[in-house]
Amino acid sequence: MRIFSILGLLISVPLLAQTPMDDLFYSSGKIYVVVAIMSIIFIAIALYLFRLDSKIKKLEKEQEE
Amino acid sequence: MRKMWWKILAVVFILYAIVGGLLLPAPDDLGIIQKSIRNLHFHVPMWFTMIILLLVSYIGGIRLLATNNLKFDSMASSFVKAAILFGLIGLATGSFWARFTWGTWWVEDAKLNGAAIGIMIYLAYYILRSSIEDDVKRSKFTAVYNLFAFPIFIVLIIIYPRMAETSLHPASGDTVGFSELDLDNNLRKVFYIAVLGWILLGLWIATLKYRLTEIKRIDEDI
Repeated sequence: MRIFSILGLLISVPLLAQTPMDDLFYSSGKIYVVVAIMSIIFIAIALYLFRLDSKIKKLEKEQEE
Repeated sequence: MRKMWWKILAVVFILYAIVGGLLLPAPDDLGIIQKSIRNLHFHVPMWFTMIILLLVSYIGGIRLLATNNLKFDSMASSFVKAAILFGLIGLATGSFWARFTWGTWWVEDAKLNGAAIGIMIYLAYYILRSSIEDDVKRSKFTAVYNLFAFPIFIVLIIIYPRMAETSLHPASGDTVGFSELDLDNNLRKVFYIAVLGWILLGLWIATLKYRLTEIKRIDEDI
């Protein structure tokens, strides 16, 4: 149920006029949008690496036994 | 998680490089470079990371020859593989940057050709590896190759470009490096952190590859 309320929040964000977030992301020629997207991509890659790390760790543990 | 702090540090540092590199003030008025000066925080660390990974591989090769422990062969080969990845990214980003500053994807330049030959030396390392079937023999042959390859790589990528008479690339031939362009120290505030972050990320990726190679090797021995 919680995921639905988060989704609802995300969908309603564009409907809200001029949030503080809008002020930021519409300013400076929208360069902040680029920053946000690059950050999202990099965080995703980092999360993937962390997952890979823990999977390899599990394999190492299995091998030790 | 065991010793995870430096991996988190890598992520935080690179995020800082992305946000700070794009948003913080920088010398945006440098001739043909303009705002692309901010590539400094991304293109240059690729090469620093490659050099550090190859240094670790070099140490792995020496340790292999000293101990005959095959785990150092896994280390040497995994770090070379990750280093080649960073080298290829360095070539690709450099080529793209060149297109929009020098107007062409590639020029006959000591720095560019040195880097390209340097990467080929390590591609040959892989051809050598795949041509030897026996584990022990392969580990020793490639470690000796590595012993020669690393110093030649450093000469090709750093010393030879500096000795060239002219060059388009910064900090080689007759050109100055970024330290002389960065009068307000604005670039330094991001660059050093960016270099550290990318090196840590490179070490992380290389150790993942190393651990996986070790799991496979031990598995085959059993």
